[in-house]
Amino acid sequence: MAKPKKPRTTAPDPPTGDARLPWHPPAPPVATGLLISLAALLVRVLISVGPYSGQGVAPKFGDYEAQRHWMELTLHLPSSDWYRNTSDNDLAYWGLDYPPLSAYQSRLHGLLLNSSLPDAVALRSSRGFESPESKLLMRWTVLSSDLVVFFPAALWFVWAYFKHGVGGTGEEGAAGWTWLLAICLINPCLVLIDHGHFQYNCISLGLTLGAIAGVFSRHELVAAALFSLSINHKQMSLYFAPAFFGHLLGKCMKRKYPIVEVMKLGFVVLGTFALVWWPFFHSYEAAMQVISRLAPFERGIYEDYVANFWCSTSVLIKWKRLFAIKPLKLMSLSATILAFLPSFVQQVRSPSNIGFLYSLLNSSISFYLFSYQVHEKSILLPLLPASLLVLEEPQLYGWFMYFALFSMYPLICRDQLLLQYIAILGLYGLIYYSPGGSYKKGVNIPSGAKAVMSLTLLCSLLLQIIYLRIEPPKRWPFLFDALIMFICFSQFVILTLYSNYKQWMLDSHSRSIRRKKDV
Amino acid sequence: MGYDVRGPSGTTRCDHRNATPLKSDHQIYSSPMAAAATTSPAPAVVWVFAAATCIKLLLVPTYRSTDFDVHRYWLSPTHALPARRGYTDASSQWTLDYPPFFAYFSRLLALPAPLVDASLVSLPVPDAPPSFAYLLYLRLTVAFSDLLLLVSVLLLATDAHRKRRPFLALALVLWSPALLAVDHIHFQYNGFLMGLMLLSLHFLEQGRDLAGGVVFAALLCSKHLFLVAAPLCFVYLFRHYCCGRGLVRGLGRLVLMGAGVAAVFAAAFAPFLYYGQMQQLFNRLFPFGRGLCHAYWAPNFWVFYITLDKILAFLLRRLGFNIQIPEASFTGGLVGDSSPFAVLPKVTPITTFLLVILAMSPCLMKAFSNPQPRHIIRWVSYATTCGFMFGWHVHEKASLHFTIPLALIAMDSWEDAKHYFVLSIVSCYSLFPLLFENQEYPIKVLLLLTYATLMWVGFSSHFAANSAQEGKNVNEPGSISKKNSFVGWISCSYLLGILAIELWSQVFHHYVFGNRFPFLPLMMASIYSGVGMMYSWMWQLAWIARHT
Repeated sequence: MAKPKKPRTTAPDPPTGDARLPWHPPAPPVATGLLISLAALLVRVLISVGPYSGQGVAPKFGDYEAQRHWMELTLHLPSSDWYRNTSDNDLAYWGLDYPPLSAYQSRLHGLLLNSSLPDAVALRSSRGFESPESKLLMRWTVLSSDLVVFFPAALWFVWAYFKHGVGGTGEEGAAGWTWLLAICLINPCLVLIDHGHFQYNCISLGLTLGAIAGVFSRHELVAAALFSLSINHKQMSLYFAPAFFGHLLGKCMKRKYPIVEVMKLGFVVLGTFALVWWPFFHSYEAAMQVISRLAPFERGIYEDYVANFWCSTSVLIKWKRLFAIKPLKLMSLSATILAFLPSFVQQVRSPSNIGFLYSLLNSSISFYLFSYQVHEKSILLPLLPASLLVLEEPQLYGWFMYFALFSMYPLICRDQLLLQYIAILGLYGLIYYSPGGSYKKGVNIPSGAKAVMSLTLLCSLLLQIIYLRIEPPKRWPFLFDALIMFICFSQFVILTLYSNYKQWMLDSHSRSIRRKKDV
Repeated sequence: MGYDVRGPSGTTRCDHRNATPLKSDHQIYSSPMAAAATTSPAPAVVWVFAAATCIKLLLVPTYRSTDFDVHRYWLSPTHALPARRGYTDASSQWTLDYPPFFAYFSRLLALPAPLVDASLVSLPVPDAPPSFAYLLYLRLTVAFSDLLLLVSVLLLATDAHRKRRPFLALALVLWSPALLAVDHIHFQYNGFLMGLMLLSLHFLEQGRDLAGGVVFAALLCSKHLFLVAAPLCFVYLFRHYCCGRGLVRGLGRLVLMGAGVAAVFAAAFAPFLYYGQMQQLFNRLFPFGRGLCHAYWAPNFWVFYITLDKILAFLLRRLGFNIQIPEASFTGGLVGDSSPFAVLPKVTPITTFLLVILAMSPCLMKAFSNPQPRHIIRWVSYATTCGFMFGWHVHEKASLHFTIPLALIAMDSWEDAKHYFVLSIVSCYSLFPLLFENQEYPIKVLLLLTYATLMWVGFSSHFAANSAQEGKNVNEPGSISKKNSFVGWISCSYLLGILAIELWSQVFHHYVFGNRFPFLPLMMASIYSGVGMMYSWMWQLAWIARHT
């Protein structure tokens, strides 16, 4: 106590064992993985205490009721009636509009619910059934799906990422894997939508994640099968298709017998599809009936406020009024193809693991921005590869995740999940800025850009408060929704351009500058 | 300032961090300071607290017990009525039975309440279930009052040797699943009270005895359950603060300390003394009519006593003796004044009091003969453990009072870590019956599992790293084998037994007995946890006898 000044002059010690975080090496990796998984599961369970979409909002309710209704249908009707309008299946009331794998999953969960709470899935009489027990059981079906599909996929991915040298090696990789796993598992948007709002994105995204891990660990056939399953769970997984196709094609071309390799992959994909679609193959009409349910073009190019190109530019150009459905379909198709083409071409020419992740991000965000009938929840798809890229692009991930959450803010408010939103936003920030995280790595952002970014951030924070506290003017009841959408769209566009640029730069890095200016 | 940094040496500590005892003075003073200059633990600790706060936010909509109504009720009379009527008001069944400082604290919490919802502080308290704003407000007051815990933990980041405590030890306090469950689901303000207790321990450990004594007095005036630690604190302060400095200085210090503590007590109790309400207050604070055990038996010594009584009664009746089965059965929940024992002698509050004093006497003697600040956390924890094991009408929640401080010293040695691992799991498991609804079931299980895994990861990596560091200097033969088997096979099988008990009570009990014996799972849980608690008590006693 007498001489507090003196020690200051000594040279700073290297950080001692005490400053280390408990889950950093030499922590046992299995236990650490278990710890992070348990924490992720805990967060999901805690979110699931909150309300679900359409809780108590008769007569149409929300996604919770849709899922429950599908359980009811698939449980009691033969598979030929699942996608058809019959006396027992009113397609106007939450008709099934996901591919057959979703229906099988609904049937499985319906069986589970039926065994303990038959009232909740009774045919017709259970419409709008809500009770604390049924909420718990339904929540537990999502939790178990998450645990069975998404968690193993994430663990496999992290293992493959480091095993096959995608990420940093040695010290850096050893410290980074816990962070990568935590970021993958505690994806705030995914957790909020699945366990708060109520959906089963964890299954389709988990299957995709498994497919990515399969690609990384060179099990291409497994990857193809998993990705086909993912498409068959939610057709939105097609957002990733160009990246998978491009990457696998590029890889096959590099091999000795490219045709055979492509044939093998094609066979696996077709086989998986055939298995899943088997009950609907007995007639052409039945299969077409399903497909028409999956692509509801008549619902318009966009429904709610979604931060994509069509909705954001509709302030200036009234797309819905100016064009019929057919030209709009064509326009959105060509715009989407144009948007993902560069990244597709890059992967065909020089497939690499990291490039594959960029390509997944680029193709899925192209679909989000330009394709037909996009929901705000579809932002989950590009978020998946963005979170996988976190060790490469920590800033991109941080920025993207925040604005993705922000873009779902109106939805969250409608679902009364604000408390959960705040808590998980906080948790996300804490994980991102965790002591010993790798967030400092990445590009140096010029100070001018930083100022603009902070301004945007400030705007978004202000807007969140305004959205809650201030009534919008009567003339524009959706003024604030539109503003939120606009801010998010602008950020997404910048991120898309940046990640496309990065993907092409990978190429020029690896093969000493051949063609650079394609972006 | 007279703090003993090293204290009288001559005791051996099985301490991995201090395994190299020969350090020059310069090293002792400089290395922690230099480390503190390079990386302060404060950001990491605040990070831990913030993460816990997010979890607490998510816990807002969960189940809450009648304690929620109690604290909700207390806001109104403390806000609306003058202090002197706080303990006489009986307009509700939830009467104030905490000491005055807690009533003042309630009053403080009630101040901003009308801004949120005027019905929060209206009298009589409305019976309607609380609105969401109302619920949120009360939940947030708990989360806010935990800030005191954060402050104490930040202060405790350096230990008696001015060495940095391991980060994990601090995280174990802030992430305690038992604390989360009791405060943020069940609803109480233990975080705040534990913060006060840890603050007092921090002062005592740093040798600032006067501050430590005054804070401890304030703690007693906030929750009188901590009275069990008072004898120890008294003995310790008397010996460490007053003795050994000559008669005059010693007397002066005694007077100073007495004045400080008396001032605190006066601030708390003077108004009630003035209005002649002390009797009423005492009746509220010490309801001895409540019986030996709470409705759900806390896992302590008395569980074994009751069980033995039941077994004896059963056996004797089999042998043909005429044994009266007492009217007041323990399994019924409500216990009156009549003796509930069939065979064994009746237990009175005096008996329990004497037993508590007897149990802590070795520790008192140690504190008397050789008062050392570096042992104060262990001693105080031991004293509260004795109160928990042998006290009158102990709640299972009282196990928090020694589990939390023991977390701070859990990483002092390998044995401490092993003991804390078992104790914290048992203590948290014994709280499970508090949260009995289905919705909270996965929450409490995951809280416990996550915490246990955190300890597993943290302890094994901490001691592996330290033994790797020390391996070059000190040749410790046992360290490698210790590293491999983190908990011994006895503890391991004991902990797996918890799993078996839980499986039984959740799944198999229903199949075997149907709806009969609804108390059996609870009884099994408290007896089984009682074994762990007994182990912890004896382990602490042995450690204190041997190493302090």
